[in-house]
Amino acid sequence: MDSALIPEGAKRCAFPKFMIGMAVVGAVLLWGVYAMFLCWFKGLNQTNMNDYYGFALWIWADLAVIAIGGGAFFTGLLKYIFKIDELKNIINFAVIIGFICYSSALLILAIDIGQPLRGWFIFWHANVHSMLTEVAFCLSCYFAVLTIEFIPNILENRQLNKVPFFHHLAHNMHGVMAIFAATGAFLSFFHQGSLGGVAGVMFGRPFAVREGLLIWPWTFFLFTWSAAAFGPCFTLLVTKITEAITGKKLVGDKTIHLLAKIAGWMITTYMVAKIIDTIYWATVTAPSLGFSLSHFYTNNAFYGYWILIAEILVCGVLPGILLIMKSTRENPTTRLVAIILATIGVCLNRWVMVLQIMAVPVMSFDTWALYIPSWQEVATTILPVAYGIMLIAVAYRYLPVFPQELELNKSAKAAE
Amino acid sequence: MFPFCFEWAWDVGHAIFFGGLWYAVGILGAGMTFCIGKAAWDTINDDGEGHGGHH
Repeated sequence: MDSALIPEGAKRCAFPKFMIGMAVVGAVLLWGVYAMFLCWFKGLNQTNMNDYYGFALWIWADLAVIAIGGGAFFTGLLKYIFKIDELKNIINFAVIIGFICYSSALLILAIDIGQPLRGWFIFWHANVHSMLTEVAFCLSCYFAVLTIEFIPNILENRQLNKVPFFHHLAHNMHGVMAIFAATGAFLSFFHQGSLGGVAGVMFGRPFAVREGLLIWPWTFFLFTWSAAAFGPCFTLLVTKITEAITGKKLVGDKTIHLLAKIAGWMITTYMVAKIIDTIYWATVTAPSLGFSLSHFYTNNAFYGYWILIAEILVCGVLPGILLIMKSTRENPTTRLVAIILATIGVCLNRWVMVLQIMAVPVMSFDTWALYIPSWQEVATTILPVAYGIMLIAVAYRYLPVFPQELELNKSAKAAE
Repeated sequence: MFPFCFEWAWDVGHAIFFGGLWYAVGILGAGMTFCIGKAAWDTINDDGEGHGGHH
């Protein structure tokens, strides 16, 4: 039915089967859209936020998708600026994942501001003393970069590419992609960093506050570093999931091993910095503000030392080691364990830096604020996942996302 | 925000924030203008070769 749109030589499932899958995921998407409209039309009273706890669940989702979407800027930087040509086999998919993550982040922010019709105020009535203004500027511009990086892949659709103007446009955009990739890396450095910087400058929150360099707290650099380190792991994880669902090999082992190796070294070096930062905070910063480490991890029903151990050791140090060692990196099972742990690790880090910060009591009369999100928050947090699955499914079906697909599956077929 | 808006102030904050914003928007705008313009030029002068090729 839609075979004229499918990349030449590629095999895809039957159109009715595809549509059934889309309908199932689409139902979840509609549930999220319904919750989103409830928040827009009835207001933020649909959430469980209050004056004491002002971060909804979706703020964690926002920071998490921005972090795991960091694979796009970092892979683009390696491919176009550092000229690591091997990554051409995965760059299209990294861009699509980044596009999904950043469009989701902007959607979440549109829900969070409660009155999206006034979203443009941040550009027109900008508070030039806020790191979040910088985040909004860079996030919007970087989404434009990702859209520009995604366009050539769309224009390479079998039918669109027959239109001469689109064919030339895709060709020309490929020619200057290094400029867009460099701009994207510049923007990502600042917005990833400023999201961490926001936590680090909150001197009224001893759990978050950090020393730093000039106006930038250490969390600024740690957030950028972690996005570059863990983002490629999410790219590898989604690639693995897509391969499992389609039953095809889509990216060659050489590319996978290379990206995993780079991610492994980035994670390991990041973890060294993160451990030093945590030790200094626990032994110097927090005590100087009148708090001991145990204050942040005891006397409540949820946040214990387990979260610190899980984030730093289990989901940080362990995947780093698994990915830098050749034997475990090239073993599909241990590599999969490593990239799953790494993805959980960066999401856990953002959880701690957003939600635990708000939960920890600061004043002597405060109590732990263990937040239970409303179903509307849960639905709007799941919404981007459903949207991402649908966009990946459509892109995989109609666009030449994986340049090695035909070659890898032809050789597999011949081996049978 | 632009310098002719009543809220504008000639200070370091506005210079850094909006300088950075316009710089990024300028690069993206110029890049896309070049690509679209060159694509239009190439289409007009197209000799029919090169379609369907891989980049």
